[in-house]
Amino acid sequence: MKTTPWKGLLLSAVFAGASGAAFAEDVTLTVESWRNDDLGIWQEQIIPAFEAKHPGVKIRFSPSAPTEYNAALNSKLEAGSAGDLITCRPFDASLALYDQGYLSSLKDLEGMGNFSPVAKSAWITDDGENPFCVPMASVIHGFIYNKDAFEELGLEVPATEAEFFALLDKIKADGNYIPMAMGTNDQWEAATMGYQNIGPNYWKGEEGRNALIKGEQKLTDPQWVEPYATLARWKDYLGDGFEAQTYPDSQNLFTLGRAAIYPAGSWEISGFNTQADFEMGAFSPPVKSAGDTCYISDHTDIAIGMNAKTEHPEEAKAFLNWVASPEFAALYANALPGFFPLSNEAVKLDDPLAEEFVSWRETCEPTIRSTYQILSRGTPNLENETWNASANVVRGTETPEEAAKRLQDGLASWYAPQQ
Amino acid sequence: MTTSSKAPIRWHIAVFLAPATLIYTAIMILPLFGTLQLSLFREIEDVQTFVGLENFQTLFGDPRWSSSFWNAFLNNLWFFVIHMLVQNPVGILLAALLASPRLRMRAFYRTAIFIPTILSFVIVGFTWKLILSPLWGVAPTLLDAVGLKFLFAPWLGKEEYALTTLGLISVWQFVGIPMMLIYAALLSIPDEILEAAECDGITGMAQFWKIKLPLILPSIGIISVLTFVGNFNAFDLIYASQGALAGPNYATDILGTFLYRTFFGFQLQIGDPNMGSTIASIMFLIILAGVCFYLFIVQRRLRRYQF
Repeated sequence: MKTTPWKGLLLSAVFAGASGAAFAEDVTLTVESWRNDDLGIWQEQIIPAFEAKHPGVKIRFSPSAPTEYNAALNSKLEAGSAGDLITCRPFDASLALYDQGYLSSLKDLEGMGNFSPVAKSAWITDDGENPFCVPMASVIHGFIYNKDAFEELGLEVPATEAEFFALLDKIKADGNYIPMAMGTNDQWEAATMGYQNIGPNYWKGEEGRNALIKGEQKLTDPQWVEPYATLARWKDYLGDGFEAQTYPDSQNLFTLGRAAIYPAGSWEISGFNTQADFEMGAFSPPVKSAGDTCYISDHTDIAIGMNAKTEHPEEAKAFLNWVASPEFAALYANALPGFFPLSNEAVKLDDPLAEEFVSWRETCEPTIRSTYQILSRGTPNLENETWNASANVVRGTETPEEAAKRLQDGLASWYAPQQ
Repeated sequence: MTTSSKAPIRWHIAVFLAPATLIYTAIMILPLFGTLQLSLFREIEDVQTFVGLENFQTLFGDPRWSSSFWNAFLNNLWFFVIHMLVQNPVGILLAALLASPRLRMRAFYRTAIFIPTILSFVIVGFTWKLILSPLWGVAPTLLDAVGLKFLFAPWLGKEEYALTTLGLISVWQFVGIPMMLIYAALLSIPDEILEAAECDGITGMAQFWKIKLPLILPSIGIISVLTFVGNFNAFDLIYASQGALAGPNYATDILGTFLYRTFFGFQLQIGDPNMGSTIASIMFLIILAGVCFYLFIVQRRLRRYQF
């Protein structure tokens, strides 16, 4: 595994040399990415589709291992050997690249018009002037459930929180299934699948998130504490020994049919489709009372930008415009169910579970995870502290109020608008 | 015999020492000084600026930094205490048993006990995580089989047990090292001494306490120092089994994981090489102090016996 990027580099050097000599008129664009899982999809679907429309431009997808990507990309950019197109991590990692002049501003790219402000929020300067990556996909939070188990127990999908807890009580009373598969050992499960999953309904999505960034709301305000209080109630519905249950444990509990509900991110879909031999459904985070507007976490996750030092800016821009088009969105979304395109145009998905997730976009207001933009730039790091606080609250070792106070104090210690 | 006036310069000494000195300097001493230097700087507006001991002041003065640091330090101390109380006595006991002349299949036991030491931390961490898993682990099943299920808890997920559990896992992994060193020391005790002891009527346990133990004390001292250095540098096992956030609630955070998180960053947290180096420098000083304490205070008082 460790040698892959180097092999990739060597290969790319060889290929670059060879293609340069053989097809002088062809332009080859190299795509840097951490999605080595997607190599097949790029080579078999995405690249041929693009090349068919743009003769004379060749695309080469050159991924490295996810954990090595940031470091490898940084050193390639510094050395001037990075590819023409750069897959962008969300928020500060990419913003830093833009600030250092490694990524071009895409302010004038026509395709950017296809995206909403939320979609662009992860790859834009703080003043909202210069977007620098074309959003490719997001992941949506919600709950995946075991349809067979629900039918067996005669359960209905819950719409409100009261119904949700009544449902959990019923599953628990029946005793055949663990009501919910989540553990606190890895901490991020409690924060990402728990707090960030149900939270937007309380802080009203973007409204609360932006107010927090502006310093108009505090983490100790009721709308930020209540999700913790709800999370604390989950404790009784998790499996025995959930304190030591890891993320793969939770996945296995659910796909083996031992748990009825899985607090999920949509990225689980393709894995679950191959693992589980029962039918699955999904429901969005239940609202507090019937008729409330629902909010979902539609978290921007992956985008693509242009290396500012590329020798072929025109061709690279053509590619980025194509990435912004509905054609790419449909290709990508169907190849990777659970990674949803961010463009404004609706895309038809073949996977029913993925279709269910994406349908919430029409009824609910989307937002991104509250801690990701700006608020995790300092020490203590709000995102990491949120992991810790969420796990503590679920385990019952810290009260929601204490946890919120600790987070607020931590944030206020370095973030001026909160002081 | 040549006289001192014409003593030739003994080049071969320098030649033979050079490779080790150069390599050691390049990969150990230079980075060490680089770290110490980095801890005196801070990035202010994208420029590394000399700030004297300000980083150390932050580490000990800022309530957040200092509480993280002391938490990691005390956890680390407890980790070390577990090793001193469990690993080394058990290692000595095993060595004494191995050295017993009546033991059969000695080579097998020796190898079996030593094997975990050569396993990767990742394998050890993962295996024990599986063994102790409340869902699929053998630990709850085995306890259930003997009617002791009530004793089982998700140890790695509980703040009060997690660090002790990991300490014992580490003991399990490394008990082979004190065992081997003590075993070698026991074998090097000349038979004449033991025979003389027997003539004087000192046998069995009394022989171990009165004759063998004093003779292996220097080895025990060395083992203690190795344990100290190893524990205060530990990182891998915690990282492999609990992740960089050293959960639950930082209960298993030791200096190594604290340093890693600070230096390299984690998830959305961007690394801070300056504060990281500050922690690394403190770790270096702690280890230096411990080793000096041994060298200048303990070792001088150890009585050595010449055979």
